Amino acid sequence: MTKRPRILVVDDEAAIRRFLRTGLGEQGYEVLEAETARAGIESATREKPDLLVLDLGLPDIDGLEVLQQIRRTSLVPVIVLSVRADEKGKVAALDLGADDYVTKPFGMDELVARVRTALRHRLQEQGEAPIFRCGDLAVDLVRRVVTLKGNEVKLSAREYDLLRLLVMHAGKVLTHQFILREVWGPAHTEDVQYLRVYVRTLREKLEEDPTRPRYLLTETGVGYRLKEGD
Amino acid sequence: MSNSDQAKLDHRPSPDALLAAAEAERRGKLKIFLGAAPGVGKTYEMLEEAAARKREGIDVVIGVVETHGRLETEQLVRGLEAIPRRQIEYRGRILDEMDIDAILARTPRLVLVDELAHTNAPGSRHPKRYLDVEELLAAGIDVYTTLNIQHVESLNDVVAQITRIRVRETVPDGIIDRADEIEVVDLTPADLIQRLNEGKVYVKDQAQRALRHYFSPGNLTALRELALRRTAQRVDAQMLTYMQAHAIAGPWAATDRLLVCVNESPLSAQVVRQGRRIADQLKAKWTALYVETPRHHRLSEVERDRIADTLRLAERLGAEAITIPGNDAAKDSLAYAKANNVTQIILGKSTRSRWFELLHGSVARELMRQAGNIGVQIVASEGEPVPEKTIETRAEGEGFDFLPYLVSTVTVAAALGIAIAIDCFVVLPNISMVFLSAVLFSAIAYGLWPSLYATLLSVLAYNFFFLPPIYTFTIADPANVMALLFFGVVAVLTSNLTARTRSQAMTAQNRAKATAELYAFSRKVAGIGDLDDLLWATCYQIASMLKVRVVVLLPEHERIAVRAGYPPEDELDEADIAAAKWAWDRNRPAGRGADTLPGAKRLFLPMRTERGAIGVLGIDRDRPGPLLTPDERRLLDALSDQAAVAIERIHLAEDIDEARILAATERLRSTLLSSISHDLRTPLASIIGSVTTLRGIAADAPKPAREELMATIQDEAERLNRFVGNLLDITRIESGTLQFHREAVDLREIVETALRRATRILEQHRVQVDLPSDLPMLEADPPLLEQALFNLLDNAGKYAPKGSSIRIAAHREGERVAVAVEDEGEGIPPDQIERIFDKFHRAHAGDSRPAGTGLGLAICRGFVEGMGGRVSAANRGDRSGARFTIELPVAPVAATALETPR
Repeated sequence: MTKRPRILVVDDEAAIRRFLRTGLGEQGYEVLEAETARAGIESATREKPDLLVLDLGLPDIDGLEVLQQIRRTSLVPVIVLSVRADEKGKVAALDLGADDYVTKPFGMDELVARVRTALRHRLQEQGEAPIFRCGDLAVDLVRRVVTLKGNEVKLSAREYDLLRLLVMHAGKVLTHQFILREVWGPAHTEDVQYLRVYVRTLREKLEEDPTRPRYLLTETGVGYRLKEGD
Repeated sequence: MSNSDQAKLDHRPSPDALLAAAEAERRGKLKIFLGAAPGVGKTYEMLEEAAARKREGIDVVIGVVETHGRLETEQLVRGLEAIPRRQIEYRGRILDEMDIDAILARTPRLVLVDELAHTNAPGSRHPKRYLDVEELLAAGIDVYTTLNIQHVESLNDVVAQITRIRVRETVPDGIIDRADEIEVVDLTPADLIQRLNEGKVYVKDQAQRALRHYFSPGNLTALRELALRRTAQRVDAQMLTYMQAHAIAGPWAATDRLLVCVNESPLSAQVVRQGRRIADQLKAKWTALYVETPRHHRLSEVERDRIADTLRLAERLGAEAITIPGNDAAKDSLAYAKANNVTQIILGKSTRSRWFELLHGSVARELMRQAGNIGVQIVASEGEPVPEKTIETRAEGEGFDFLPYLVSTVTVAAALGIAIAIDCFVVLPNISMVFLSAVLFSAIAYGLWPSLYATLLSVLAYNFFFLPPIYTFTIADPANVMALLFFGVVAVLTSNLTARTRSQAMTAQNRAKATAELYAFSRKVAGIGDLDDLLWATCYQIASMLKVRVVVLLPEHERIAVRAGYPPEDELDEADIAAAKWAWDRNRPAGRGADTLPGAKRLFLPMRTERGAIGVLGIDRDRPGPLLTPDERRLLDALSDQAAVAIERIHLAEDIDEARILAATERLRSTLLSSISHDLRTPLASIIGSVTTLRGIAADAPKPAREELMATIQDEAERLNRFVGNLLDITRIESGTLQFHREAVDLREIVETALRRATRILEQHRVQVDLPSDLPMLEADPPLLEQALFNLLDNAGKYAPKGSSIRIAAHREGERVAVAVEDEGEGIPPDQIERIFDKFHRAHAGDSRPAGTGLGLAICRGFVEGMGGRVSAANRGDRSGARFTIELPVAPVAATALETPR
């Protein structure tokens, strides 16, 4: 049996730490805790956890600053805890290298899903699975073939590039700017409208009901997320 | 009102008396040690009492005390802390003055200030020591001071008559009236004279001889009586105030009203002082009246200044000073007296010649003849008056103007030319008429003196050129001498008459112009609703009418600061700011030409209304010397009064607005409180109840029961979360800090995420989404639009029955897209459609309905309108149910047309 993944929780609220300790412990993770940003940075350097759950609203140092400091020395996956109506903060955290976010208040199921995705992506960097499957959707990254219920779906080169990017980060939120930079190039990071049009056509080709998508989900004000593969 | 009510009312303390008492409580207390003459031992008495206070533990310091080298006094001084005096250099001499700033900084409980009537060295803050004392009192510091009776303003004349020495340093009666305590330091004349002989009375050397006379037993007795009487008078007044304040019914004096007539005579000031004494004795209100007859404009500037000063003196002595226009001083004074229930008229004994009275009539005689039941007192006045000035004013028409004389000369020369020309052709018997025209022209154009000059020239020219022997100044024919004489007389009379008409016409014209401008100004300010506009208009008006620089200062955060000015770029230096502050704090003029801080560049006048000062007006002119003529001063006062009233009106309007907003905020707060107490507690009650039940039930309890409890906890917690979110949203809207980032948005995405968030809420409803595939992008802020839509869905979920369907539909309407959320509930009561988006409005009030916050729709409207859209509510036409519609502009197409995927 492999070693239990260790998660460092940095949050000043004792109640939040308590329920994360119980919830994540229940899911088979070993939980480390830090009450302040300083203690968190120190613990992250010393203990080298497998994942960090970081509250953006810490009393001593701004959460984004903490993220920057950690990123200078470590590639540990980070999931930030944000609040509603702070889309800017979320985007900023993602830009600074956070892997994902959850909005307070959140359910344990949501956090656990994010944690799993983040941990898996970190592991997958060594070898990419050749075929992505999610429900009726299958994407063969080697042969560049996309099928829905076994029928091949014709995609333009750009549409395929977009889908491929999403598949490679399946389960993770991708910001508009990140997608635009990866697919269209650094000159187009402000052209969110392009992206909206492409997402719409992609949905029309892949989703059963494009108005209530199952695979390609919107994260309002932040970006898009492709549902995690099976 | 019944009789007993009336009686009760009369026994209530008079508000004015209470107000005066309250005012006195905040101020420091003033105790005056009053003596009949120098040398009675006032300073000693004051120091002894101060020492006693000090023994009681009171913080006493000496502001200024003159020991004049007396040993006993010096000993007393040594026992007390003294504030070092300030040294002021004046004309090469170093003068010691009381350091008022040091005292204010030290803030003792009690300060000793000797010689209340002292005049400060030039360059001091106040020209008079009693003004320093006023400031100390206003700062809440108690003051002990000494004063001799001859320095009391209203007794000044009397003392001068008794002793034949006029004292130049006077103290206004007001300060004595306001003193909290007066102690008469009394010494019999015999004892005082003995002290003088023993050299115990300090006198300046040069005054030695005069003082011998001063200290005669007769004088001292009279002065002593004066001092005692003045004090007794004050005790009376104090008793009256006390009785009024405590509503003790007493034998009040009948309400006498006195009218003191003022004219340009230098003796008017004395009449005013006497009037004050009579008014005091009668405890009557009194008015000083000046009737401005046409003769006013022929008065010299000195005389006009004197009238203004006399009226100001009256004001300082407690009178109401009034100027009315009129034709006949006697008639108009009487008319005023009758209209204002005056019981006595006081005027000075005429010092005019019989000739003057024959020509102009005697006001006194007229008054007595027509007064009817009003008493007329003629008071005698003697001696030379003391000029009084609050603000120096400038004489009109300074400097000698040569132009009128030059033009007059030319005119006479022209007349001569014409006369010679006429004489060549026709023989005109009275060629002198030509010269008369020249004289008349000068009179009309330039007034009296140039026309008299023209008369002289004409007489000479006529004689020289026309009266034989011509080309000489001699006249052969006696008849011609007569003719020339009459010509001269006629010319002089005509000049005089014409000049007077001219001056009256000019006065009337000026006055009409000023009145018209004042009227126009008052109409203009009445229509201005904005303070800055008003201040600008005021500055501009004053600047253009008086040709001065103007600044207006208004209080701002406890300080007085410049709010407007003309020219607008003017700035105040430190002396000006100090003067402005002083004028504001004391509600009295300060700065250039005034009593206080005359070193400032500008003159600062408080702008007053009935309710008190509301600002300060600063004026300044580039030329040196006094700023304004008396006429200008009056005009300025009129303008300032109007502006003050207008500013007050705007302030009042702002106050009302503020009160209204405050009331609305208050209402909102109370609704919010009740909403919070209900909407926060209900879900909390469910959560706590469920959790305690869960912990209480056995571990083997049936699973459905536990599931239900846990579902309740989750639902209620989420409801709580939504409520808190709503509170945050409404706060963001109300505080105005919300920023809208509009961008092109795909409505589908918004519907998708809103529906995803509403999954649990709409679990039991059928949701139908109807979005055309060619729907254009909208211009909106995505998270805010999502919230607005979510709130509509939440609302529909709450009010539509379970199992019914909720439909989201959108269609394009020109340049807008309408998104509708339709439910199958009861719909909205028609009378509430208008108010349904109001904060805390609920269509179905009470506890029966599922708890809502009453905020969701208000937030929806706030967000949508902030994004440039519109939201509306209606009942469905096709079936029962409500329809809420959000309309938003279509995003510009340019970007969406780019590189459409194939």
